[in-house]
Amino acid sequence: MIRIDIARQLGAFRLAAAFEVQARGATVVFGASGAGKSCLLAAIAGLVKPDSGQIEIAGETLFDSARAIDVAAEARRVGFVFQEARLFPHMSVRANLEYGSKRRKEHKAAVRFDDVVALLGIAGLMERRPRTLSGGEKQRVAIGRALLSNPRLLLLDEPLASLDDPRKAEILPFLERLRDEIGIPMLYVTHSMDEVARIADHLVLLDQGKVVAAGSPGELSGRLDLPLLIDRPDVGAILLGQVAAQDEARGVTRVAVGATEFLLSHIDLPPTHPVRLRVLARDVAIATQRPEGLSVQNVLSCRLTALVDRPNGRCLLQLDLGGASLLALLTADSARRLHLQAGQDVFALVKSVASSALV
Amino acid sequence: MNDDSRFLTLTPEEWTAVALSLEVALKSILFSLPIAILVGWLLGRRRFFGKSVVDAFVHLPFVLPPVVTGYVLLLLFGVKGPVGSLLNDWFGFRFAFTTAGATLATAVMTFPLMVRAIRLSAGAVDRGLEDAARTLGAGPLDRFFSITLPLMIPGIAAAAMTAFAAALGEFGAVITFAASIPGETQTLPLAIYGALQVPGGEETAARLSIVSFILALTALFASERIAHRTHVLQG
Repeated sequence: MIRIDIARQLGAFRLAAAFEVQARGATVVFGASGAGKSCLLAAIAGLVKPDSGQIEIAGETLFDSARAIDVAAEARRVGFVFQEARLFPHMSVRANLEYGSKRRKEHKAAVRFDDVVALLGIAGLMERRPRTLSGGEKQRVAIGRALLSNPRLLLLDEPLASLDDPRKAEILPFLERLRDEIGIPMLYVTHSMDEVARIADHLVLLDQGKVVAAGSPGELSGRLDLPLLIDRPDVGAILLGQVAAQDEARGVTRVAVGATEFLLSHIDLPPTHPVRLRVLARDVAIATQRPEGLSVQNVLSCRLTALVDRPNGRCLLQLDLGGASLLALLTADSARRLHLQAGQDVFALVKSVASSALV
Repeated sequence: MNDDSRFLTLTPEEWTAVALSLEVALKSILFSLPIAILVGWLLGRRRFFGKSVVDAFVHLPFVLPPVVTGYVLLLLFGVKGPVGSLLNDWFGFRFAFTTAGATLATAVMTFPLMVRAIRLSAGAVDRGLEDAARTLGAGPLDRFFSITLPLMIPGIAAAAMTAFAAALGEFGAVITFAASIPGETQTLPLAIYGALQVPGGEETAARLSIVSFILALTALFASERIAHRTHVLQG
């Protein structure tokens, strides 16, 4: 387990974050700018000292104000990937990668140099200087450098925030492989819902220095009471499903989610392979009777479990797919016209689904 | 040999002054550089009690008349001074009126110049890189030698070369503390001054002035080159 319970006062801002997550997979800490995310990571890494509290990773206490324990950052074995890669400019890529591993020789490496280099696709950069690398390459080298320092926990502080969209798209698959192929737990900070959807096994919501909710991304993204998630234009549900069948004739893949099935454009994965889906609330329409003659492929039978009014004459609906929640954003006028009420059986018309594969 | 070439040829005595100047300048830089790096780093990066006092003390030779600095050195390191007498009693070592004394006076005079430049380069090192090194397992000394110091090198090199150029011209403190003894403490500026004090010394003064000019320019150019090259190397 990773147990964090820390407080730190920074002028008028107070970080008072407490949460517990499994020490495996990827935990994403999500929050707006200024929510205290970076400060939280810096405290876990030992770069910033909390005023009080405890930090414990896999049974070892790294910080405990009550017992006056404060393990030095260099002894914590907590890897850190910063927003701006922070590669050492006077060293080659290889020397950057080896900087941490040389200093932690006594610990048996969890990952091999060649494996990390292959995973991140940086084999061709070894003798280059950081200044000659692109932003995406820099960030990959920074991730490799942190991985090779033998960390028991990898902290990533908005590693994609300083990159443009094509570079983000270039790095995200590496982060997914990192999560799935290397057994080092990750604590990943971001304010991007896309990254949450693709990376998070666990989700921690941080707002104004406090943890407002923690749980699975599927559970939290289906809730209507979390302003951090629903006060966004890209409000939507994250669904965890698995490949049910390939329909070669139609060129589509059936993905089982809860008690229902989604039809997706063909994804090249074997049956039972886990798949993450993200369905934006604005891409979901509602019908009270099964509609006929539609181009929309996904018409799902579900139960309307709750609805809340939203600003600008909108109404947000929570739909139960039998074990998974979907959100739909309608105009309040439509909701009134259809006499929508909680408990009612309806059909959800899903216009678009984003998917990403999980290993 | 015609008159022109004779004018451009240094006499053995003049060569001695040139060589001694280079020796004194080089030794004074080598001697004070490690201390200047430490003090520059302390002033550029650390907060500590009495920092402004240390800062002012370091800069004293910069603002005091050089003759005063030389006089203070004489009081401290002279054969009867508190430090000088101990050195003389224990090791038989004398600063006053020796090449070592000229070197000490030069080192003290150029010290503030070096500290100022090194302090700037220490302050310019990205602390984020040091934090990154910490998370990768590097302790304080390790961080200093693997990250901070290498990144300060352009500033240190430029500081050393500028100080070297200035060291070649130290006059007041050297003549006060070490006197003007040919082959021992009579560096270029002292030799020039000496030549101007005797009738018919103008030629020597002019030749040595040209040498001074060339040496100073060379050192300054070298300092620019080093700063540029190391900047390129370090991206």
